[in-house]
Parts: sequence; structure tokens; C-alpha cells
Amino acid sequence: MDNDSSTPTAAGPVPAKQHIRKMPVNWWLKKPAYLRYMVREITCLFVGGYAMFLLMLAARLDKPEAFETLLASPLAIGLQWVALPFAIYHSVTWFNLTPKVLVIWRGEDKLPGFLIAGAHYAGWLAVSAGLVYFAMSGGTDG
Amino acid sequence: MATTDTQSSTKTMKLEVFRFLPDEGEPPSFQVYEVPYRDDWVVLDALNYIKDEIDGTLSYRWSCRMGVCGSCGMMVNGEPKLTCSAFLRDYYPQQIKVEPLSYFPVIRDLIINMDHFIDKMGEVKTWLIPAEDKPIEDGEYLQTPAQLAKYKQFTMCINCMLCYSACPVFGQNPDFIGPAAIALGQRYNLDSRDGGADERADVLFSDEGIWECTFVGECSEVCPKNVDPAGAIQMAKVTATNDWFKSFLMPGGRKKSGGNK
Ligand code: SF4
Ligand code: FES
Repeated sequence: MDNDSSTPTAAGPVPAKQHIRKMPVNWWLKKPAYLRYMVREITCLFVGGYAMFLLMLAARLDKPEAFETLLASPLAIGLQWVALPFAIYHSVTWFNLTPKVLVIWRGEDKLPGFLIAGAHYAGWLAVSAGLVYFAMSGGTDG
Repeated sequence: MATTDTQSSTKTMKLEVFRFLPDEGEPPSFQVYEVPYRDDWVVLDALNYIKDEIDGTLSYRWSCRMGVCGSCGMMVNGEPKLTCSAFLRDYYPQQIKVEPLSYFPVIRDLIINMDHFIDKMGEVKTWLIPAEDKPIEDGEYLQTPAQLAKYKQFTMCINCMLCYSACPVFGQNPDFIGPAAIALGQRYNLDSRDGGADERADVLFSDEGIWECTFVGECSEVCPKNVDPAGAIQMAKVTATNDWFKSFLMPGGRKKSGGNK
């Protein structure tokens, strides 16, 4: 869009001089909802960082020594403590948005949003509980 | 017009209004007007008072005064609003700042250039493209209430463009097809009588279409008609992804992009 486009339309020519407003660089500070959006976007850096960490662990799967050293290193523990709240925020914001993405119709009615988000939370809990159980029981004989 | 004077209300309110007069060659500025305060007045009433009583050069769009025509959208204290539905009492006694809808080019004062938006609706083809042509004698195209329910919400759009002014993606890329035009595309794609989904796919599923959306979600928050354009866009993403997988798994067997009707 240029500053002095004079596109003729059905309603007649548009005045030559239009005022184009620049989007302020700090637009995301103008509304709490925009800030929450930015935080949600930034959390994926930490989720990504944690994924890298998991990959590094996976690369050491056949070397128990190296695996444990990496897991126990203060850096790794620090990373996990930082990544955890961000990962939770990330998951919660996206789970809350799932009803917008997944719309299930029962005849003329939509399945209520809380059921869809709720199902995701339930799945999350179940998988987490399963992992904790697996880690705990695996830990006793290893 | 009601007899404002006999109300003997001495309360007043200040409006700080964006002014841009292209022919004067001056940069845009803000002008402060003092108007009577009435608790049953909306921002549009205050603007009409300014135009009638104080400054006839102020320009803005409006028509219905009842939230159905979609022409009175402006930024009120930084929020996109229908000015005929924004009551002064919700701001009193603070000064109210009135600006043209964000991100659109300004033609004059509070009037924005909406050509681009109209063009986008044309590109998306926001009209019914019949799935089957049949002669009038064969009667109407029937639809069940359940089929109607699938798209009804999206028919409520009044083209007010508030959603565009709430969308930072549109702010950064004016070519983004944007919330309302995509929601209207979905409105027809999800209509059991419509067969135009394939014709709309190129534009809707392009980089300037649904994939430009990063799901900020504010379009749905500001929409005065509860259209939920953000929801429409995410549903379209699901449909597009499913289509892609289908075309991938079953070459030649690509289903049309209408989703489940
Ligand atoms: S989707 Fe809502 S906000 Fe956007 S143009 Fe339609 S009615 Fe206005
Ligand atoms: S004047 Fe018609 S919507 Fe406000």
C-alpha cells in the first residue's frame, strides 16, 4: 500500500492523500491480551529448549554413566526448573484454546467447550500419571 | 433531536478526536471537544453533537445507530468499538479518545479506506456457489436445522472490521485476508448448499490466508456479533490439514475442502 494511491472505485476516486499509520513496535504492550499472547509465543523457546535437552539425554541412552551425569548436572536441573513453569503455561494456554480448534457437533448443538478442553486435561493427567508410575516402578529395580 | 438544553444537565465530557484533513496538507492531529454528558448517550451521539453544534467539518461514517449496519466502527480509547453501542457512561468522567480503526489507511478524520477489505471478500468469494444447479421448477434447496447450525454463527458478521483493527497480524501485513473475510469464507464452505470450497481454497489456504494467522484471538474478543472469526480460522486450518493428508494418502482421491457438512 503506497501513500498516494488513488484507486478509482465504484464510489468514485479515493482522495490522493491517505494517511497511513505505522504499527508501533511496542504494540504488544498496549493491551494485556497482546502481552499474554507474546508470553505464550515466547514459552515455546523453553519448550523447544527442553526438547533439545531430551534429545541430548536420548543420545546417551546406551551410556548410563553419561546419562546420569547429564541428568544430575546443575545446568540441567536449572534448565528444568525454568522450563517447567513455561511449559505448564504453554500447555494450559493451548489446552484452553482447543475448543476453538476442535468443534464436535451433536445435531444442532456444539459439544460444550469445557468438555473438549477437559478431555485434553484428563489426557494430560493420565499420561503424566502413567509416566510418574513408570519412573517410580522402574527406579526400584534399576 | 431531543431537547438537550431542557435536561439542564451541566455535566460535560471531553472527546479527543483524531483529525486528518487531506486537503489542508497538515499532518494529522487531535482536537478536543467538550460535549454535554448524558447517561443514555453513546459515543456516536457525542460525535453527532459535535458535528451539529460545534464543528461541521468533522467527518465519520454511521447509519443505523443500532449495531446492525457495521459502519460506525472506530477506536475508542484504543479499543475497536461500534460507536453506536459504546455508552459515554462507561467512560465518564474520563476524557474519551476517538480514532479511526487501527491499521487501515485514513481518508479523512475518522473515515478509513475499506477498499482492500471489500476486495478480499471478492477474492474469497463470500457468496453462495451452488453445489448443484437446478432449475427453479425443482423447488428450493432444502437444509436441515443441523446443517444450518454449522455455519449460522458466521452469518452474523456485519462487516464492521473491528476484528481487523484488533489483529496485529493484519497490522503487520495489510495483505492478510483477515478474520472477517475468512470467517465469511467458512460461512459458505460449511453451507450444505454450497459447492465453492475448491474455488475458495487457493485464497483461503494461501500464505496470506489462514496460515498467516498466529491465533492471537483478539478478533473474537472485540467482535460485536459473536462471530468468533478466530475459531473459524482455526477450524479452517484443521480442514486444510486434513485435506492435505487425504491428498497425500490417496493421490487423485482428494476430497473437496468443505469439511464435514
Ligand atoms: S467478524 Fe465480527 S468484528 Fe469482524 S467484521 Fe464481522 S461482525 Fe465485525
Ligand atoms: S451506526 Fe450502524 S452499527 Fe453503528
